[in-house]
Amino acid sequence: MGDTPHRSAHAGTGGTRVATSHEWPAGASARVAEPSGTPGMPDNGLGGGGGLPRARAFGAERAFRGLTLAAGTTVLVVIAAIAIFLIAKAVPALRANSESFWTFEGWFPNDDPPKFGIGALAFGTVLTALLALLMAVPVALGIALYLSHYAPRRLGNGLGFLIDLLAAVPSVVFGLWGRDYFAQPVADLSAWLNRYFGWIPIFGDGPYGNSILLGSVVLAIMVLPIVTSLSREVFRQTPTANEEAALALGATRWEMVRTAVLPYGRPGVIAAVMLGLGRALGETIALALTLGSTYAISFNILQSGGNSIAANIANRFAEANDTGRGALIASGLVLFAITLIVNITARAIIYRRREFTESAA
Amino acid sequence: MAKRIEATDVTAYYGGFKAIENISLTVEPKTVTALIGPSGCGKSTFLRSINRMHEVLPGARVEGSLTIDNQDIYDRDVDVTAVRRMIGMVFQRPNPFPTMSIFENVVAGLRLNGVRRKSILEEAAEKALRSANLWDEVKDRLGKPGAGLSGGQQQRLCIARTIAVEPQVVLMDEPCSALDPISTLAIEDLMFQLKDKFTIIIVTHNMQQAARVSDRTAFFSIEKTGDPGRLIEYDNTQKIFSNPSQKKTEDYITGRFG
Repeated sequence: MGDTPHRSAHAGTGGTRVATSHEWPAGASARVAEPSGTPGMPDNGLGGGGGLPRARAFGAERAFRGLTLAAGTTVLVVIAAIAIFLIAKAVPALRANSESFWTFEGWFPNDDPPKFGIGALAFGTVLTALLALLMAVPVALGIALYLSHYAPRRLGNGLGFLIDLLAAVPSVVFGLWGRDYFAQPVADLSAWLNRYFGWIPIFGDGPYGNSILLGSVVLAIMVLPIVTSLSREVFRQTPTANEEAALALGATRWEMVRTAVLPYGRPGVIAAVMLGLGRALGETIALALTLGSTYAISFNILQSGGNSIAANIANRFAEANDTGRGALIASGLVLFAITLIVNITARAIIYRRREFTESAA
Repeated sequence: MAKRIEATDVTAYYGGFKAIENISLTVEPKTVTALIGPSGCGKSTFLRSINRMHEVLPGARVEGSLTIDNQDIYDRDVDVTAVRRMIGMVFQRPNPFPTMSIFENVVAGLRLNGVRRKSILEEAAEKALRSANLWDEVKDRLGKPGAGLSGGQQQRLCIARTIAVEPQVVLMDEPCSALDPISTLAIEDLMFQLKDKFTIIIVTHNMQQAARVSDRTAFFSIEKTGDPGRLIEYDNTQKIFSNPSQKKTEDYITGRFG
């Protein structure tokens, strides 16, 4: 209790400072207040006397506003700088290209004259990403619903934690696992699919190996945790009142999910899927390890082959000369454009039923 | 349409906590019965036991017997969704489905029952909305979101949604506590009309409301916090509010306690 007198001294000055803002105790207490280190301090507005305090010209409020503004501007500056850099590097390579950048199926930017085309790469990027989503999203939504509405609370939390852990595995691990251990089972599956479903064009002939199918399955596993985790969060946010309303109407659990949970979670699920798609489109090393790195447009997802923009950059950057790097950068710009289109589409879908989602908030 | 409800020694738990104990009462068809009592006395719990919504919460369970026209609703062979279809419920806060239009909200229950024909749904929606005194206000904007209505309209929309499936009994859990006096009046008027067709049980904190709308009143109370709620007195509303037989009831309705 040694510091008690000290503390009470503070309390004393504090009290007198408050008192100075009143008009009536002008005498003694004001004189006591002055030596406490605030000579000539204007009326700070505490208490009821005097006029209204003036707005402060500079304070934490303004500083914080400036700080956030600076942070926001940084994003724009960085993006603009990147765009300028990429375009500046890409244009000379595109000029030097002796074939059509859009339709040529091949990548020989180091040759003289350079020949390279983005078509097969963009095709492979979109195809692997879409296939991955096609496989991952239904499973992810199933897991998310189970965790949020069916599993006992503790089990749900535990499993949710495991799913989040899956998201933390580096993609190179998925890639190596896919290439070294998963390729054989997928090749066996490919042979089986070809034998029984060969009449569907996408299940064509071999050779089987590092194929679009392998790449997209690995990608699906990587996308799964993001979509699951976000969807689960969204489903959990469903207002209890709406769930009870459905149940009280005589809905079974699944009908309750369909009536109250899924419609409510729809915008969130779309956002989750789009984030997953973003990851799938940009995934580099896992696809570099599991795709066949060919430059042909083919819908046969079983056959060895396939490529994606990001994987191609990873595979070819080391050997690239100046034009080669420019060509890879140009491909990066195309990837950027694809991602942009995907995001705009997603926003448009969410925006379409804005009237309903806004009133839900 | 309306049916008699008989509760015998109903005891309800939340996990280890006993919320109500040995509640026994009979609700006659086509009447309005009000459940009143201080906060935490278990009147909502009892109400939710009647349509088996109590057991939705994890760890919640009900003991004793509840019958509707002598059918045990807690019988192991009874389909719980059928019970809830027969015994509709209106909640404290209006809870229209936010992603659905007014029309979709009203027919949500019918759709759950597998009704698909547009003409049937439209007819049922109009009938329910008319019964809920909401038709004239919303007939031109059935496609608009239900959540865009005012609080009182939303609550009437929820009532329309509940009665659209033509239940036997309608349970109302403080249906007016989130509403302004005018909307409250509209809903009280509605209850008068609805009791021609349905048996209505309403939980309310508002004693004037109980006195205005109900035929019979049940007074619940607890000894102290943590004790289970018990039924103190159940009688004609007029008797409860003019000449209650229990001292506790009198103390409560005169405002001396609770």
